[in-house]
Amino acid sequence: MNLKYSLKIAAIGLKTNRSRSLLTILGIVIGIMSIILVMSLGKGAQDLILGEIQSMGAKVIEIHPGREPKGFSDILQMFGDSLKEKDLIALQKKENLPHAKSVEPLVFGGATAVFENEANNISIYGVGEEFMRMFSVEVNKGRSIDQDDVKNRADVVIIGSKVKEDLFGNDEAIGQKIKIKNRNFKVIGTLAKKGGGSMVNFDEVSLIPWTTAQQYIFGIKYYQEILVEAESESSVDETVQDIKITLRNSHNITDSDPEKDDFNVSTQAQAMEQVGTIMGILTMFLAAVAAISLIVGGVGIMNIMLVSVTERTREIGLRKAIGATEKDILAQFLSEAVLLTIIGGLIGIILGAFFSFIASLILSKVAGLNWTFTFPVSAALLGLGVSALIGLIFGIYPARKAALKNPIDALRYE
Amino acid sequence: MALIEVKDLAKIYSNEGLETIALNKASFTIDEGEFVAIMGPSGSGKSTLLHILGLLDKQTKGDYKFNGKSIENYSTEELAHIRSQQMGFIFQSFNLLPRTSVLDNVRLPLVYSGKPEKLWDKIALDAIESVGLSHRISNTPSQLSGGEQQRAAIARALVNNPRVIFADEPTGNLDSKSGRMIMETLQKLNEEKKHTIILITHETFTAEHAQRIIHIYDGEIISDEKVRIIRKANEEFHK
Repeated sequence: MNLKYSLKIAAIGLKTNRSRSLLTILGIVIGIMSIILVMSLGKGAQDLILGEIQSMGAKVIEIHPGREPKGFSDILQMFGDSLKEKDLIALQKKENLPHAKSVEPLVFGGATAVFENEANNISIYGVGEEFMRMFSVEVNKGRSIDQDDVKNRADVVIIGSKVKEDLFGNDEAIGQKIKIKNRNFKVIGTLAKKGGGSMVNFDEVSLIPWTTAQQYIFGIKYYQEILVEAESESSVDETVQDIKITLRNSHNITDSDPEKDDFNVSTQAQAMEQVGTIMGILTMFLAAVAAISLIVGGVGIMNIMLVSVTERTREIGLRKAIGATEKDILAQFLSEAVLLTIIGGLIGIILGAFFSFIASLILSKVAGLNWTFTFPVSAALLGLGVSALIGLIFGIYPARKAALKNPIDALRYE
Repeated sequence: MALIEVKDLAKIYSNEGLETIALNKASFTIDEGEFVAIMGPSGSGKSTLLHILGLLDKQTKGDYKFNGKSIENYSTEELAHIRSQQMGFIFQSFNLLPRTSVLDNVRLPLVYSGKPEKLWDKIALDAIESVGLSHRISNTPSQLSGGEQQRAAIARALVNNPRVIFADEPTGNLDSKSGRMIMETLQKLNEEKKHTIILITHETFTAEHAQRIIHIYDGEIISDEKVRIIRKANEEFHK
């Protein structure tokens, strides 16, 4: 007996019990749909985040205090004070970092901003004059922080679009004074609205010169980060090495054992890789949870196949009497189970893609995210493969039961 | 060489230590081309014997040689192959697939025969014609009379041109007129196409179409005789 005939017989069998077949595959449909949905949305989220990271400049290298975090105690070190002024000076020397375009410190923290008795908690970023360019942030009004502001510890602030809305509503903000830590800051610019979903939500931050932030707002002598911009993407790796050598010199770390480093250097490429890994794990985890429903669906298939085998006992007996081998009967019922699950899988894939498309429409049009609909072909193939596998696994028991029936008992079955 | 040769065949069912002897010490041979009726009351073991001969069941004791080879030496796959290629079955309750056309029902054995698919329709249509059912090929069993259903079943038994046809009370579910027609069809197949036919029945007038009657009672063969003379006499009488 050939495969074509098996499938034809299976199709006839399923058609005879159309509503029962449809209800049976519902579990598979839902399972595959969930997997497709999770994988498609996961891919969309990953693309969104990676896009954001890339827009922050692939040439930017971030230096954090503390060695590369490997455990909990290392995470605490990330808030350490090992990045000091002498490091900044060393890094700014052209002979140390020949391929660096700019080197700037970054300090940040929370503070309360007050305008006309309206108090708001805001995130303060103490930045240099290159910061906005490095991260592709632009003012839609006013000017950005310049070299003089940094040198003179000027009391000037650029506010994000949400901060502006919270403090000033629709009123003009440029030129107004807001009080941060009892110091009057003049608003010199407002940031263009960027929308949520960024790693750093620039709508909710306020930028002031890093010198001002260090001295008057946070009262610290160190930096939370040093940002280095390489000349080009191809010189990033070399610059990373230069940074390590320079800082080890500056910190008197003689041997090149990374365990002894009290700083760590990360690039956008690394960050992208990490996000990719984390998102991948998260997506797989969610898909695995969704896959549990497939097992439930598979049990449903097995159940209905057992009913079908019992119902068709006489047919099995007859087929054996007229020459069907055990293999023929096995193939017939197995193909019926696999056909059921594959049809379920296909419907699930279509529904999953459909709902993912709807979700991406909502996310991009309603939530205003820069979300693009992605339908990973790998997910569809996986869905199809998994559903066929479910059919095989849960179909084999009923099919074997059918194949091993004694023809005489089967023919006599009432 | 005999087509079928059984020696001391026995079938014993044991249920919770209780043994029931369905068939005991059956020995006989059947040559190619014979038309044999196995007769006996219900529960006599005639169905058990037919099932063993038709390779649908296995004896508990004794030896069964089909075509000169003991069936103990065949694998289950080979037995299925013999059923497909050399045997045809006709059942009391027809056993046609419901909601399936006569043509598809008759084609069914061809699926397992290994014959190329393009030949299936022609072979099936020829078999249907030989039982006079050509006008019914697209009807489903529920649209046919009992006699027509049994003729469809005979056509199905014929498609692989078997050497032996086993008929299990083929007229049991039919009125006497249809029953007689079925028996005449079987007789014609035996006389013209030389198919060996082994039939079980409890009706004397059905058995009389055969050339030989084996009587079985309580699992044992009590007589085995040629009946051509009796039938001849009957025919004379009806004239």
